Amino acid sequence: MNKQEFVQGNEACARGALYAGCRFFAGYPITPSSEIMEYLAREMPKVGGVCVQLEDEIASISAVIGASWGGVKAMTATSGPGFSLMQENIGYAAITETPCVIVDCQRWGPSTGQPTKAAQGDVMQARWGTHGDHPVIVLTASWVREVFEMTVLAFNLAEIYRVPVILLLDEVLAHLRENVTLPVAGELEVVERLEKTNGRMLNFGAGAHLMITGMAHDETGFPVQGEKAAQHLKRIVGKIEEHKERLMRYQGFYLDDADFLVVSYGITSRAVEAAVERLRAGGVPIGWLDLKILWPFPDKLIREIASHVKYILVPELNLGQLVREIERAAAGQAPVAHLGRVDGSLITPEEICKYVQDEVARVQRVCL
Amino acid sequence: MPNTKVLAIREEREKRFTGAHALCAGCGTPIAVRAVLNAIEEPVVVVTATGCLEVATTRYPTTAWNVPWLHVAFENAAAVASGIESAYRVLRRRGVLSKEIRFVAFAGDGGTYDIGLQALSGALERGHRFLYVCCDNEAYMNTGNQRSGATPIAAQTTTAPVGEESFGKIQRRKDLTEIVVAHRIPYVAQASIGDWYDLASKVRKAISQDGPSFINVMTSCPRGWGHDSNQTVKITRLAIETCFWPLFEVEDGRWTLNYIPEEKLPVEMWLRPQKRFAHLFEPQEKTELLREIQKHVDRDWERLLQRCEVSAGASV
Repeated sequence: MNKQEFVQGNEACARGALYAGCRFFAGYPITPSSEIMEYLAREMPKVGGVCVQLEDEIASISAVIGASWGGVKAMTATSGPGFSLMQENIGYAAITETPCVIVDCQRWGPSTGQPTKAAQGDVMQARWGTHGDHPVIVLTASWVREVFEMTVLAFNLAEIYRVPVILLLDEVLAHLRENVTLPVAGELEVVERLEKTNGRMLNFGAGAHLMITGMAHDETGFPVQGEKAAQHLKRIVGKIEEHKERLMRYQGFYLDDADFLVVSYGITSRAVEAAVERLRAGGVPIGWLDLKILWPFPDKLIREIASHVKYILVPELNLGQLVREIERAAAGQAPVAHLGRVDGSLITPEEICKYVQDEVARVQRVCL
Repeated sequence: MPNTKVLAIREEREKRFTGAHALCAGCGTPIAVRAVLNAIEEPVVVVTATGCLEVATTRYPTTAWNVPWLHVAFENAAAVASGIESAYRVLRRRGVLSKEIRFVAFAGDGGTYDIGLQALSGALERGHRFLYVCCDNEAYMNTGNQRSGATPIAAQTTTAPVGEESFGKIQRRKDLTEIVVAHRIPYVAQASIGDWYDLASKVRKAISQDGPSFINVMTSCPRGWGHDSNQTVKITRLAIETCFWPLFEVEDGRWTLNYIPEEKLPVEMWLRPQKRFAHLFEPQEKTELLREIQKHVDRDWERLLQRCEVSAGASV
């Protein structure tokens, strides 16, 4: 029986991980993600799992990779500075095709920045933080229940595609408490290891002679160079790029008759939801695209919608990150504007309404 | 009797780290910082790692630091201090700077025992002339009391919780001071805010070395340890009197014990007043675990006595 509970975003993430079958967590204290580890320190042993605090974030992600090859679903959680330290091994997880989940509760950066202030400044780092071309899946969430669902999805996609999956949260959502009904057992799909994997993953002790290396390698695990290295890289990047359409997760509202479009993700979507309702009530033909997956980026979707709107607005808690991708995908079909905020506070529905109304007035003036 | 000039200099030094910062009432760390900076005669440059000390002393629009101050990331106070000290040597060599300047790095136990250990080890091995002070309050207090490599066995933290099946941290703390000694640097000491005079004299010795020096200072966190804010010094004093935190120094490999309690108190007297150890006494006393902890303390103390070539029962 589903029951209503008052749950914090970080707790929902931790519970989602347990629901998805995560039985190993390694982390290092950092605001605003610490509650995930604190919850799992209490609850993980009760389900026979291990929650361990390591000496830093480099060790945390390394232990997660080790645990994944050891045979259990594994996760770590951090925030900006720790996410920066993890980058080398995110690349290692990508090249070794290690399923794992990395939660980044984004805070104002760079560096120590403002540990207790929300931001959406790690969008590009999540995609390109580690060096070299590499595959990665990046998910995000806007509601506490959605944090739970996306954590489960992150584990599923990690197992299916054998990639590191990054879940981008933010300080506000991480600490937000909402009255929610969380999924009960069996309600959400949980992909078990070996069930649908892209290339069967054998764990240590499974009887095979495993050789796991961060060097470019062929399917036997032996280091290779030249054309074989190129093939390796193209295959691991291709397994995500070729399944882009299947990976799409988004929600569209009023898209059919929208002249103006707002594209948002994460915590900012909460303000957009309120703004869109108000603007619609005021007769503004506005539509809303709420992205749940940021990488791989939904190029085709944006291109299609951009072909029949007059204007696209992208509100983000940064100085312009995902807006660049949207601008690229829109390919000049509609002008793309950015509404950024980096003072540590959230973008408000009023800000979005005012921005859109001013734009509507401007467009009308031009048309007259 | 100090003359007015001496008093004026002292007053100047006391201003290096001022009050009205936002550290909690009863926090042990500012006591250590003030004692360290007051004991240094030369101009000082301070580096701090991420932590309460950094956050709470530099809140806009005020700063508690009247010395050049640089905060870096969590893991690299020693590395940044290495860079500053090296630049200073370059400027001295070029004749741009002639005065004696001292460099001090402050970091907590998280930033020293755990994430900063690599940077510390590298800086010590390279031989930079600087003093590294670890303000050890035995857990990550800035992020809300998570266990660290310095957290003692059986202490409750948010990532080493107490429950029906668990008694807090299951591992023993690592002996960081001994790790530093293994670097064979000129001066290593263990000190405490429970003995201000001892700390100050150690700082003077440390800063006069032509090479790296290190002092591990026990400070307390009333919120994390669970004691009243007016008990800070008393609690750290009890760590000394129970020999849980002995005061000693290692100069060029020679170990010296700086204090032997007249009567070595049972470790229980240090544990009992702290709420983080409450589960050892309530609902019923965990006698076996307490005996185990006492055994650890006794064994470490015996070993220290041997190293310092002091026979049990002697006094310093």
